[in-house]
Amino acid sequence: MIRVQREDFDPGAEMAALTRDRHDIGGVACFVGLVRDMAGDRPIRAMTLEHYPGMTEKKLGEIEAEAHRRWPLQASLMIHRFGRLDPGDRIVLVVTASAHRQAALESCQFLIDWLKTEAPFWKLEETPEGGEWVSARDSDESAKKRWL
Amino acid sequence: MKLLYFALFRARIGRGEEELAPPAEVKTVGGLVDWLAQRGPGYRAALADRRLVRVAVNQDYVDFDHPLAANDEVALFPPVTGG
Repeated sequence: MIRVQREDFDPGAEMAALTRDRHDIGGVACFVGLVRDMAGDRPIRAMTLEHYPGMTEKKLGEIEAEAHRRWPLQASLMIHRFGRLDPGDRIVLVVTASAHRQAALESCQFLIDWLKTEAPFWKLEETPEGGEWVSARDSDESAKKRWL
Repeated sequence: MKLLYFALFRARIGRGEEELAPPAEVKTVGGLVDWLAQRGPGYRAALADRRLVRVAVNQDYVDFDHPLAANDEVALFPPVTGG
């Protein structure tokens, strides 16, 4: 399941909903991304996430389908927020559920690694000097390449 | 052709979308980027470093040699930074 939304989400409630009345799930892995108050040595007052409506949902759906091809998953959920967020706010949630832990843990990391290089989102950080668009990091690209 | 610009590109170009009819000699994504870069300083600044230009045609990533059709939706944007 994919959700792209402005509103916050409750990771515990989302995880509980995903596994409710399911007796075939033995392990659930969860990743939550949060807004930091520092970018390197620069303080961040807030951040605004922009995305490409339509393509975002399409890419997230493709990434999720790829995870289900690679691992025996019983269920999965990705939520990504957009709009203005404060330090400490949740940005992204990835939940994967499988019969055993290995598939859940590996696919969770795969999904967040791929999301970071494939899903059309951009971060604008509010620093004391003004708004600054975040540059893509080479480390994100190499994190994705591990899964090729 | 519907053009969409996101993030830094939208800020530099000064708009998020526009309808344009490129000349007939613009046949590929790379040709479109070259043509757009000559439309003004904002376009030129946004598209100056081609290694930092990502293009999606009809919401799929494509390379610069991808052919274009008149009614394509073409989005140009910097490398993504979500997650």
